[in-house]
Formats: sequence, structure tokens, C-alpha cells
Amino acid sequence: MSTAVVADARITARPDGRGGTALPVLAGGGPIALRRTRGGATARVTVIGAMAGPLGGDRLALRIDVRPGAALHVGSAAATISLPGRDGRPARWDLDFTVAEDAELHWLPEPVVAATGSRLLTRTRITLAAGARLHYREEQVLGRHHDLARGAPPGRLTSRLTVRQAGRPILDQQTDLGPGAPAWDGPASLGGHRAAGHLLTVGHPAPPVPPPGHDAALLTLPGTDATLLTALAPDALRLRRLLTP
Amino acid sequence: MHRDHIGLDQAPARHTYTPPSARALRIGLGGPVGSGKTATVAALCRALRTELSLAVVTNDIYTTEDAEFLLRNAVLPPERITAVETGCCPHTAIRDDISANLEAVEDLEASLGPLDLILVESGGDNLTATFSRGLVDHQIFVIDVSGGDKIPRKGGPGVSASDLLVVNKTDLAPLVGADLTVMARDARHQRGDLPTVFTSLAAPGGVAPVADWVRARLDAWRRR
Amino acid sequence: MPDRTPAPGGATAVLLLLADGRFPAGGHAHSGGAEAAVRAGRIRDQDDLAAFLTGRLHTTGLTAAALAAAATAAATDPDPDRLDDLDRAADARTPSPALRATSRRLGRQLLRAARAAWPHPALDRLADRHPRGAHHPVVLGTTAHAAGLTPAQAASLAAYESVNGPATACVRLLGLDPYRVAAVLARLAPELDAVTAEAVRAAEQGDLPAASAPLLDILAEQHSTWKVRLFAS
Ligand SMILES: Nc1nc2c(ncn2[C@@H]2O[C@H](COP(=O)(O)OP(=O)(O)OP(=O)(O)O)[C@@H](O)[C@H]2O)c(=O)[nH]1
Ligand SMILES: [Mg+2]
Repeated sequence: MSTAVVADARITARPDGRGGTALPVLAGGGPIALRRTRGGATARVTVIGAMAGPLGGDRLALRIDVRPGAALHVGSAAATISLPGRDGRPARWDLDFTVAEDAELHWLPEPVVAATGSRLLTRTRITLAAGARLHYREEQVLGRHHDLARGAPPGRLTSRLTVRQAGRPILDQQTDLGPGAPAWDGPASLGGHRAAGHLLTVGHPAPPVPPPGHDAALLTLPGTDATLLTALAPDALRLRRLLTP
Repeated sequence: MHRDHIGLDQAPARHTYTPPSARALRIGLGGPVGSGKTATVAALCRALRTELSLAVVTNDIYTTEDAEFLLRNAVLPPERITAVETGCCPHTAIRDDISANLEAVEDLEASLGPLDLILVESGGDNLTATFSRGLVDHQIFVIDVSGGDKIPRKGGPGVSASDLLVVNKTDLAPLVGADLTVMARDARHQRGDLPTVFTSLAAPGGVAPVADWVRARLDAWRRR
Repeated sequence: MPDRTPAPGGATAVLLLLADGRFPAGGHAHSGGAEAAVRAGRIRDQDDLAAFLTGRLHTTGLTAAALAAAATAAATDPDPDRLDDLDRAADARTPSPALRATSRRLGRQLLRAARAAWPHPALDRLADRHPRGAHHPVVLGTTAHAAGLTPAQAASLAAYESVNGPATACVRLLGLDPYRVAAVLARLAPELDAVTAEAVRAAEQGDLPAASAPLLDILAEQHSTWKVRLFAS
């Protein structure tokens, strides 16, 4: 029998004094294993899920702190599959990122996939200093291929993203998708799509406006130099194409 | 007969946050679809733009076509033309809920500095659409002869109570068998002492009677 | 539960006045995303409309209702900082520039009507501090305060407006049977009250929701680029 997992992973990045980025803290936790994959001016870390999950009831957290002048790129080895737990409790995935002045974070993980019967709450808080740079991608996929193939409904994903820049909120939005969320598949929300995502860009050149004929838009946020490319697609592959400038 | 329109004299008092002394005279142009409102606005701009500082607000039903016509024909620089969208209800935007038009008018005054005159063209609607007194100081109702000579006889608030009735496209009267003397007589009957002019904008200087009337209103506005 | 006891001082009638589509605050020219959804073939009949309204109510409707309730409470404070914070919170919750512009424009238009109907220093302060318009829910909440309404009433107005505008627009755009559309709205009434209650609770706890609907943002941006359209949004 599996009991719920509570895990708290941390990454701290700072300049190494030789033009590169050092990672004085690189601490995985529970199912979250962290691997430094390459050095250079930008430190690269891959998140490796050490087991299936998150499962309902799990509480996973990752805190990333990018200090002034450092540059960090975080990706993941595979999609995160949200699976149902035994008692119907939701899983929680809390991300807390701080990016200092003249620092940059690229958070470009693989999608989160909501398997039939699962329930995942993600909460992402990003605190940017003035002059901090960010690429942040989030992709949500409703249902695994074989869930959908056998006509099973997807799981539910509730995801809130809050971004502050120099103390001011520049983005705060929550989506609630999947069975149980009111009219989640209706003409205001997903409209039949099964993949939803964003690419948030701060302090880097904005991605191009998405091509016409897709359910995607490039939004200029109220902050400084901040855009949100938001997109919907029938599946993860097509979503990724829309989110890859 | 059912009438859901109050008479113009019963309309609510004007309210705006620009003190009347500091603002431009506002004249509305209403009337049925295709009667020549935009043509009149364009001709007025050409006739008056050298002597006055003016701007235009259009209320298209479905497009920004009127604004674009004015832009294409360069009757005024683009920053002096604003298009308001009216959500399928052109008469609502000039009568029942004038907020979007007031915004447009005030924004023009704020961005262009002191103006003499702002023309507000309503979306072409029917004979019952009239401007609120909260939006314009005077209104011109433009009809044409192409539907024959019956419109003045039919009346309606635009025909009977507008400050100026323009009967346009007189050049077409012979073609459609419209009798201008009948139209003049019916207009007098509906309007009492309120003025009516006949125009053909197809002819050079055809807008002169309207332009003269506008100049007179402006004189009165400045002297008040 | 929302407060159902008749409010003193004519507040019930004030509530009706503010909710009336004929109140001159600019709403008639806006479809709340319905025009774009109709053009995209996403709303064709009253079932689609019901799903659209349900989605809108529980997302931007809830968020607006909570902001409005919070603004009614904040407007009692002579220090305008709280309302300014709410305006920034509304900005962050409106990533679409087209929808931010619409919200500020409707805020400005409501403020004009509100100042004529219920002159109040809180409304004047809002106009002074936000000459380009404060966000609509912030103005709505402040108007509610000026007119003697409660935060719950402000929230219910915002929730109601989140569905009433698009429903009316669809009657015009699709020629839907107005009785069926009225029935759709009538069936939503319990959900409107539930969303109102949730919004009031969130506002009281200072934990403003940020519920959003992806297609509403995308459709709003597409709509803002059209040359030919009936509604301003
Ligand atoms: N023959 C003739 N045609 C005219 C005259 N005035 C306008 N027109 C034509 O009538 C058509 C309609 O004129 P508009 O000025 O666009 O009419 P409108 O009232 O603005 O129309 P809407 O805004 O669509 O309601 C155009 O093709 C004009 O060129 C006129 O005096 N004589
Ligand atoms: Mg015209």
C-alpha cells in the first residue's frame, strides 16, 4: 500500500564567479530527483520523476531561487502523469520561483497529463525582481492517450499561476479543467481541445504572434516587457508546436 | 398607435463633465440607411475644415465603413475621426445609452485640444431614431428622395422634430418620380417653423445650405 | 448564502436599477465574447449558449464578482490605496489587453452614469485617480457603495452581468428564441447565487479568486482585430 508522499525539492543558483552559474543547493525530495546535466553560463537541471505520480494525496513542492546574475534552465525528462490516489484526495504540486535582478530562469518542463480519475492542484508563484528574465512554459493535457482511446474521461487539473514583478502583480490566473469543473469543455473554456498551455516571457524578446487559424493568442501583460502566449490544441504535440516560437 | 419615443423637449437634460463653455458645438446627423449622412459629413468637412477646427464620430451598424470612407477620402486627418461600435442597436448608442459616444466626443476634445465643431453620424436606422440632448446640441435628419416623396408625410421624430431636415439626392427626383413640392409641403406640415433644405450632393457645392445652417448654429453657440 | 433580506433605504430598487440593461453604462454594445464565439461556430444554439454562460459565470464572472464585493468594502475607506490595489489585482487577472481595455472602458462608462445617479466622493476619487478608467468590477463595487448597496449585492450584479450581456447578444446575433434564452438564464439563477456567495466569501477572506477561461481570452484577442463586427467586445 502506498501512503501519500510529501516532498520538498530546492534549487539555488548563483554566479560562480567565472562567468558561469553554480548550484549551491540542488536537493531533490521524494519522487523528485534533480540532475545537473551541463555547465556553462547557464546551469541546466533536469527533473527526473523517480516514480509514477503524483498520486492523489501527495504534496510535492519545488522551490527555485535564482540569485542576481545567475542563469538557470530547468527541464524534465518526461511528462508528469497525475494519477488518482486511493482516497480521492487531490495531489498538490507547489512551485515557488524567485528570480533576482539580472538573473534568468528558463522553466521548460514536459506537460502535466491528467489521467482518468486523477485530481491535481498546481500552484505556481513567481516573484521577479525588476530586470529579472523568465521563460516559463506550462502545458496541461487532459487524459492519457489510452484513457481517451477507451472513451474514459480525463482527470481534473486546477492550476493557478501568480506572477509578481517588482512587487506588482502582473499575472494571476487559474484554470480549472476536467470533469467536475463547470462547463470546462464548453465554448468559453476548452471547446473540445484536450491540451492547454502558456509560454510566459519576461525580459526576453516576445515570441511571434501565433499563426491564424489556431486557438492561440499572444497577450501583452500589464507588467514591463512581459507577454503570455496562450494556446489550446487537440493534443500535446500540436500544443507544443504552438508554444515553440 | 404605439409610440415609445418621448418628444425631444421632454428628453433628459444634458450632462457631461466638460463644462459647456469649454467645449465644441456638437451636431448629430441621423436618418435612414443610405440617405447620404456620410456624404453630408464628408461635404461639410470639406466646406468647413479651412475655417473651423472639427472632428467626426461615426456610429456604424456593422463595420467601420463610414469612418473608412471619410479616411479614404481624406476629408479630415485620421486622428480627427473616431468610430463607435453599437452592438446591433445604433439608436441605443445615440439615444438611450450615449456613454460610448460621449466618451468618443470627449476623447477627441481631450486629444486634439479645443475644437469648434464635432459631427456625430448615427448608424443608418429607421425614421424613429433620434439623438439624445445629452449627446448633441442640434440634430440634422437626412432623408432622400429615392424611396419616393412619401417620407416627410410619414413623419416620425426625426422628420418632425429635428433641428434641420435635409432632403437629399434631389438629382434623382425625376428618375424616381418624387415630387419635391409635395415633400416640401409635407415637411412644413410636420415641422412647422423648423427648417428644411433640399440638397444634391452629387452637384458641386451641393452641401452649401447645410453648411450655412451649421455656421449659423456655431455663431449662436459662440455668442451664447 | 447571499443576503436575501430586503435592504433598507430603497436598496432593492437601486439593485434593480443597476441590473437593468437599460441603465446607461455602455453594456449594450458588448457581447462578452459571444460574438467571437458565434463567428467561430462555437455557439450555435441555446445549449451552446448555456455552456458558454456557465463557463463564463464560474470563471470571469466569479473573479469579477469577488473584485466588486471587495471594492464595495474598500470604498468605505477614505484612503484610496485599497481600491488602487484592487484595480491592479483586476489588471493581473485580465491578461488579454483587449479585455483590459474593454474593462476600463466599461468602468469609465459606468462611472459616468454612477456619478450622475449617486454623486459620492468615492466615485470622484476613482475618477481622479484613474482618468483612463478603473476596471469595471472596481467601479461597480464603488458604485454599489455610493448607492447604498452591500458587497453581496455588488457581487450579484457582477455575476448577473457576466451572463446577461452575452445572452442578450446571442438573441441579436443568432436570432435565438428569446423565450428559450430567458429560460437558460432562469435555470442559471441558482448558480448565480452560488457564485455570488463564493465571491463574497473570498472577498471577505481577502483571497480573491483568479478563475479564468482560456477561450475567452483567445476569442477576445481575435475579435479585437476584426474589421467587421457588431459588438465592441
Ligand atoms: N445621386 C446621388 N447620390 C448620392 C447623393 N448623396 C449621397 N449619394 C450616394 O448615396 C450612397 C449612400 O450615401 P452615404 O453617404 O453612404 O449614406 P449614409 O446615410 O451615410 O448611409 P449609412 O451610413 O449606410 O446609413 C452613396 O453611394 C453616395 O454616393 C446625392 O445627392 N445624389
Ligand atoms: Mg454613413
